[in-house]
Formats: sequence, structure tokens, C-alpha cells
Amino acid sequence: MSAPLLQVRNLSKSYAALKVTDDVSLDVHPGEIHAIIGPNGAGKTTLIAQLSGQLRPDSGHVHYMGQDITRLPMAARVRMGLARSFQLTTLLPGFTALENVAIAVQAREGSSFRFFRAAASERALNDQAMDALRDVGLNSRATQLAGSLSHGEKRQLELAVALATRPRLLLLDEPLAGTGHEEATLLIALFARLRSRVTMMLIEHDMDAVFRLADRVSVLVYGRIIASGTPAEMRADAAVRAAYLGEEEG
Amino acid sequence: MTAMPPRLRAALAIFALLALVPPLAHWIGQPFLIVIATRMVVFAIAALSLDLILGYGAMVSFGHAAYLGIGAYAVAVLSRAGVTDLTLHLLAAIGAAGIFALVTGAISLRTRGVYFIMITLAFGQMAYFFFVSFSALGGDDGTALAARSTVLGQDWLRSEPGLFYATLGLLVLIFAGLYRLTLSRFGRVLSGTRESALRMQAVGFRPFPYQLTAYVISGCLCAVAGVMLANQSAYVSPSYMSWHRSGELIVMLVLGGIGSLTGAIAGALATVALEEGLAKYSEHWRLGFGLILVLVALAAPGGIAGLIRRLKGAPA
Amino acid sequence: MFNLFLLQLLNGAQFGILLFLVAAGLTLVFGIMDFINLAHGVLYMIGGYVMAALSAATGNFWLSLALVLPVTLAVGLVLELLVFRRLYDRSHLDQVLATFGLVLVLSELVKILWGAAPLSVAMPEALAGSIPLAGLMRYPVYRIAVIGAGLGVALALWFVIARTRVGMLLRAGAANRAMVSALGVDINRLFMLVFAAGAMLAGFAGAIVSPILSVDPGMGDSILILTFVVIVIGGVGSVKGAFLAALLVGIVDTMGRMFGPILLKSLMEPAAAAQAGRTIAPMLVYILMAAVLFWRPSGLFGRSVAR
Repeated sequence: MSAPLLQVRNLSKSYAALKVTDDVSLDVHPGEIHAIIGPNGAGKTTLIAQLSGQLRPDSGHVHYMGQDITRLPMAARVRMGLARSFQLTTLLPGFTALENVAIAVQAREGSSFRFFRAAASERALNDQAMDALRDVGLNSRATQLAGSLSHGEKRQLELAVALATRPRLLLLDEPLAGTGHEEATLLIALFARLRSRVTMMLIEHDMDAVFRLADRVSVLVYGRIIASGTPAEMRADAAVRAAYLGEEEG
Repeated sequence: MTAMPPRLRAALAIFALLALVPPLAHWIGQPFLIVIATRMVVFAIAALSLDLILGYGAMVSFGHAAYLGIGAYAVAVLSRAGVTDLTLHLLAAIGAAGIFALVTGAISLRTRGVYFIMITLAFGQMAYFFFVSFSALGGDDGTALAARSTVLGQDWLRSEPGLFYATLGLLVLIFAGLYRLTLSRFGRVLSGTRESALRMQAVGFRPFPYQLTAYVISGCLCAVAGVMLANQSAYVSPSYMSWHRSGELIVMLVLGGIGSLTGAIAGALATVALEEGLAKYSEHWRLGFGLILVLVALAAPGGIAGLIRRLKGAPA
Repeated sequence: MFNLFLLQLLNGAQFGILLFLVAAGLTLVFGIMDFINLAHGVLYMIGGYVMAALSAATGNFWLSLALVLPVTLAVGLVLELLVFRRLYDRSHLDQVLATFGLVLVLSELVKILWGAAPLSVAMPEALAGSIPLAGLMRYPVYRIAVIGAGLGVALALWFVIARTRVGMLLRAGAANRAMVSALGVDINRLFMLVFAAGAMLAGFAGAIVSPILSVDPGMGDSILILTFVVIVIGGVGSVKGAFLAALLVGIVDTMGRMFGPILLKSLMEPAAAAQAGRTIAPMLVYILMAAVLFWRPSGLFGRSVAR
């Protein structure tokens, strides 16, 4: 097996007495889709926040492409190809869908200390942004303000922005939450297509999607990883059934 | 080419009307109107510069009058040293303001929200006290200028229309520059940070260098207004940089509507007109002016622009 | 030299105490409601003017001082009811606009009522003397009384904040506003209380300073800015931070003006030192603030709101 793209070792974070991340270690290998599942309040979003640089862990290490990035700010991680999507949307509401994506292209390509030429007239920015919108099926809404899009469309746009940063590893925080059936199908197909280009770490509640897409699944309960393996192994694991899957059935 | 945006059209209309003021003032025999119009244009430049950081960058600076003062004192210091050229005055003002903005901006931008407001206010006050205690430049009383700046060795600015058109020219130039800037890559990053700093970081931007650059540009442009203000009143004093003046600049922006550039110009014109009008009516004009501000804040958020939007029936 | 030092230290402490009285209420208003209030200095000024008017009318210092408290409390309540209450959930910009407008209105009203010339207030006879400090140096009893009164208020505030239910809510509110609402507490009533008490403290400060300094329309402005410096250094929302920062700012400002030129004289020629000292001294507190912010962007005791 190749060297892991992302290596998490003994990551811990607490708020007062509450351990939200408790000694988490895991590997994400190039090319795989690694799903993190777990009940609400298990600390999944907090984990992503620490991997993306939004939160600083109390202890432990995060290595990405062999480099220690534990104390690197979010913007620097993104420039290294470690991007994320947000569960609660953080789009720029006063920008159009196209502009939201174009700003991500702009971050990657050329200096932004350019003061004179109108960004809207830069073909290179617009074309790449349009490609990303097409990828997620949102090209017909390019000129709409992000604030006026529907909930599901915002999720699609969120993904287009993350893709426009040209990530090597994409952290997806519940990308399907709140999407309709049609949009979800489209996004799942997109993930399946992307897996050859982008490694993904996926937090998701939709178990169908998880078991269809994931190469590996880790189960997070109360900030701790209680089990990790292939989807089939996880389905069979008694502890996982008790802690999580059982809850779904019951 | 698409149709001209309304805010650009409105700005051009304002410039055209302003350009007609000197001949009209002469025609109706009220030449002092040119003086008031010059003050209006000076403050329009100052308000424009503030709009870049406050309207586009969401940085509520309460110390912006310091840059008016720095610009004005640049004229006073150089004139005393025998340098009267306007270009040199402008360069010195921009340089000094740039350095002050770079240092104070770098510290202020480590904070946000009410902290940022209070810190910029305190730095503005620091500059104020610096000039109050600088007795070589008249201290508290300020200092009179022997003459207005010269252009290419000529005293073109000595006549009121001459100074007015020079100031108006600077306003148009600065508006055009800022208009381009707000649409540029840099402008996009700046207004993107205003909408969501987290999002900008998540696509790979560190907001700080962009915000600081905008802060420095804004300070430099405001110093240009200071140079013209010193020329207009032929007199320089620390009162140019009192915190009341900083407050007035914010008032102009809020009255005109922030984040459109044109609103800043309209707000500056309206505020100076309001002050001049009320001052003619009573020496206690600040009472009425203050009441208007309270009422606008309570009842008409968005200022003139918000009012126009509501009158048009669009959501504010 | 040592005596002079002690004298200036006491003057600095006395100035710091005044700053604390004004800052205590304001830092809570900032901290709990995230509300920027530029009109707080005006309440200090109103305290001074009401004191001047009452003591001129009654001739009795103590009666006047006792009346200043309910009057400034009432002014605070009226302002809260008419203006501030409507601005809590608005942008900082709207708050700046409205409270700046209030500064103009109230300052101008004071000028209309009492004129622009400074007024003075007679010192109460019981506190008029001075006591020996060390050697030949004497110190005015009144200034010592001001320090004592301020320390008394600080102690009372500490008791309220550390030991009572209201204090517990204030501490919780400064740390996490949503939590207090979640506790089922009427946050608006809590804030009204804080605001009115803060107004009264500022008015009290303006009243007790009136026999030392003259009462004039600009007095609110100068104290407001220094109060901001105090709050920023101490950390928004922290009364303890405001207390320490107020003493620090008061002492640094007073001592800097006195000893700055003296210290500089050992470094450069006297004339230049005098000029440089005069120029730098008023800037010292701002440099201090910048230094604190450089190391701790949310002040000495502030919760981490800065990035």
C-alpha cells in the first residue's frame, strides 16, 4: 500500500471537561474515499475543523503529504491542496454563483494584488469557474446571487467552490444533507467520477451513500474512533452495530 | 459592453453638476458658494477613501480624520521649508499617511468588531495629541499658511475656481481609480472578506495582507483630501483630526450608503450642505444635526441609498 | 525627587480611579451586548454639570452629590428606553451613528443650558485641607477621598459581580451571551440595569471630579477616548481588567507627562528633551495600548474574540 496522504496521530481536543476529540488516529490513502460515520454529537465536524486548520487541537499531530501541518493556518493548507466543504454554508451571499467559484480559482492562480483590470472580464477565471459549476450541475444558475439559491443548490455550489481550489484531498462535511433526491443522485455520481482525481474524506449520514462510495469507514463515537475497516467489516462489527447502526434500526 | 451601472451614471451626473458650480455662482453673484463646493469635494474625497475600507472591507475605522490632518500638516511643514509645489505636497502627504497607516493598521487589524473601532479611534487621538503638543507648528492653535500650493511654479490655485477645479479633478481621478479597484481581483478579495472571512480562508486567502493594503491605500487617499483642505482654508490645526471629524466622515458614508462609492460622494455633499445650512440658522446647529443622525440610525438604515431603494419598492 | 514621585503616583492613581468609574459600566455594555456606545463620556459630563448646578443652587456639596446619583441614573434609563434599546441587534455602524448623534445633541444641550465657559464647584469644607505626605510635601485630603471613594465602589462592584446572582449572570453574559438567554433570563432587563448603573457611575465620577477640574463641555470627550484605551487594554467585558488597566493608564499618563522630559534630559540636550517629552508624553498611553494589543489582541483579561 502507498504512503498515506493524510496521517492523523493521537489528536485530542476538549472544551472544559468535554472531550470532543479523544486520541484520534487514522490514515487516509491516496485515491480512497474514507468515510467517517457516527451518531450526532460524536465530534465529526470538530474533527474536520481540526484537519482543515479552522480549530487547533490540544495535542496530537496531523501530517499531510509527509509534512507536519498541525499548526498551519487554513489558507496555507488549502494552497497545499487540502480543501473542505462546510456543513453550514459559508458562501459569499452577495456574490453570484460564478463569482463564488471564480474567487477560489483566483486564489490558486496568479496574484490577487492586481488593482486595475476587472476580474469579471478575466476569461481564465470565468472558464474554470464555469467548468466547476458544470461539474456539480449548477451552470444554469451561474449569474444568480449565492444568497438567493435554494438549500440544495447551495450545497452544490459549496462543492463547486471546494473543487475549484483543485484539491488533492477533499474533506466533505455532510455534502448530501438537505439535498433532494435528484440532487443527491447527481452528487453521488459526481463523487464516484471524482475518485480517480481526488482523495476524499466524507462525513455523511446517508448510509446508502456511505456504503456505496466508501473504501474505508471509521466509526466515531464520543470523540473516539471505535472501529475502522471496509464497509463490509463495519456492517458485521458488533460494537459498531451496538453503538451506531443499532441506533438507526431501533 | 453592457449598459452603464446606475451608480456610475449617478456619479458622473454629480461630477457634471459640480463642474457647473463656479460659473453658476458667478452668474447669481454668490461666489462664496464656490468655497462651500470646494469643501464638499474635499470631504467627498475623504469619504470615498473611507468607503474603501468601511464599505468594501467592513473595517469600521473611527480614526480616519488623522489622515486629513497628516495631509494638511504635510502642506504646512513643506511650505515652511519653502517647498510650495502641489505635487511634492501630495507625495509627502501620501508617504507620511502610508507609513502611519501601515504601522497602526498592522496593529489594529489584529482585532475585530468593537475592538477595531476603539483602537482606530485611539490611534486617531494619538495623532491628534501629537500635533496639539507640537509647538513648532502652532500646537493647539494651529498655523496659517502663507500661500496656497503652486502647480508647475504657477499660482493657479490662488483663485477659488482654480482650487475648486483642481480638487474636483482629483476627486474624479480617485473615484475612477477606486471604481476600477473595487472590480479588480484585489477588490473581489476585499469584499469577499467582508462577506465571509472564513470562506476566504477556506479557498486559500489570508485576509490580513489584503485588508492592510486597503487600509494603507485608504489612508493615502484621505491625506490627499487633507492637502486640499489645508489649501482651501489656508490654515492647518489639530482640529482637522479630532474624533468628531472622524465621526463626521462615518456619518457621510452612512447617510449616503456604504459600499457603492457614489453613496460616499452623495453623503459628503449632503452632510456639508446640511451643516452649512443648519449653521446659518443657529449657532447650536449641532443639536439639530445630532438629532437627524439619531433619527436616521433608528428609522432609516441604509441612508440616502436605502431611502431611494425603499422608494423604488425594492427590499432595502 | 522621591516625594515628587510619590505625589505623582497618587495623582496617577486618582486619575486611574476616575477612569475606572467611567469604564466599569461601559466595558460590561460592550462585553455583554457587543454594543458600541460613544455617548458614555457624555454621562460623565452630565454628572459634572448637574453637580455644578445643584451645588450652586443648594450650596451643599453632600446633598448635591447625593442628588447627582438618581439624576444620572434617570438620564441613563431614559436614553436606554428611547434610543439604545432599539439598537442592540443592529450593526456597529448604526450604533456608531446613533450614539455619535447623541454626543452632539447632549453636548449642545449642555452648552445651551450652561454656556460654553467652564464652571467650578466649591470643595466641601470637611475635605478642603491637606495632610503631610513625607518631608515638606503635603497632599490634598479631597484627592485622597476620591481615591477612597473609587476603591469603595470597586470593592462593592467586586462583591456584586463575584457574589450575587446578578453578578453571576453578568459574568456568564460577558463570556457567552446566548447562554444567558438560554438560562431564561430577560437579557434586556439585565442590560437596562447594567446600562443605568454604568450611567450612574460615570455621573458619579463626573460629580466627584468637579471640585478638582473645571466642568466644561469637552470633558466627556477626553475621558471617553481614554476609557476606550482602558477597556481595550483590560479586555472587553472584564471589570477586573478595567480596574487594573485604569490604574495603569492613569499612572502612566500622569507620570509620563511629569517624568518623561526629565528622563529624556539624561539622553539629549535640555531644550530638545523638553519638546520631545511634551510631544511624546500624551502619546504614551496609546503606545502602551498598542504594545498590549501586539501581544494580546483581546486585552489583558478579554476572552478571545480577536482572531
